[in-house]
Amino acid sequence: MPVQTSIALYLIHRLKQAGITPVVAGNRSAVTLLVVADPKREYLGEALDLDRAIDQIIEHKRDFDLCFVFIHNDSGVSYAATMGAISKARLYAVVYGEHYDQIVASIEFPCQTIAAKAVHNPMPLKKMLDEVAPWAA
Amino acid sequence: MGCVEELPYEVLLRASSFKECREYIKGHFRESINVTPGFKIFDTHIIGVPPISVGLDGDFVIFPYTKPCHGTFLLRVENRAEAERLRTRK
Repeated sequence: MPVQTSIALYLIHRLKQAGITPVVAGNRSAVTLLVVADPKREYLGEALDLDRAIDQIIEHKRDFDLCFVFIHNDSGVSYAATMGAISKARLYAVVYGEHYDQIVASIEFPCQTIAAKAVHNPMPLKKMLDEVAPWAA
Repeated sequence: MGCVEELPYEVLLRASSFKECREYIKGHFRESINVTPGFKIFDTHIIGVPPISVGLDGDFVIFPYTKPCHGTFLLRVENRAEAERLRTRK
């Protein structure tokens, strides 16, 4: 999904500006998209394999204060629900894509939703993110 | 989660939703248990929206396996020890 890397780098930037240290967890492709887009690691800091990160949280080896789950399909909802169940982090569901409204409707667990119909143009989702301003919460 | 991919599994549902997997288990298997996200089956932490249904059919364990870009797959694996372990936690 084209907007994903752009919004992730923007969110990392805003969090770092607010003094929050972001850690990215994703599958190999998602992490590689960020590494290639930010070769000098100006924005991207620690990056983990998603399954390894989940293992560490479940085994109480690690946890976070905030968690942003990027969602553009049903799998993303499953991962967000899992984070809600295993982590003490304040949970944000960042939902985008052509059918973002159907995805939002399927979220029935506690979290704050940041959602917009964004596929190629990141601006609608950036606008929603700026309105919620989770880095200031 | 590499270990699941090394199991001799049969795919019952491919690239489906978590709801479809839950409904399939309820509709096709008389015996099932509900687990929470992160519960370990075959050394793998299960991803999903609670309650996550896991079916039991003799020595077979039927469970959802989620991949970030491909949706949820409903897998059936024959393993007596794991089936018995899951039964004892009912």
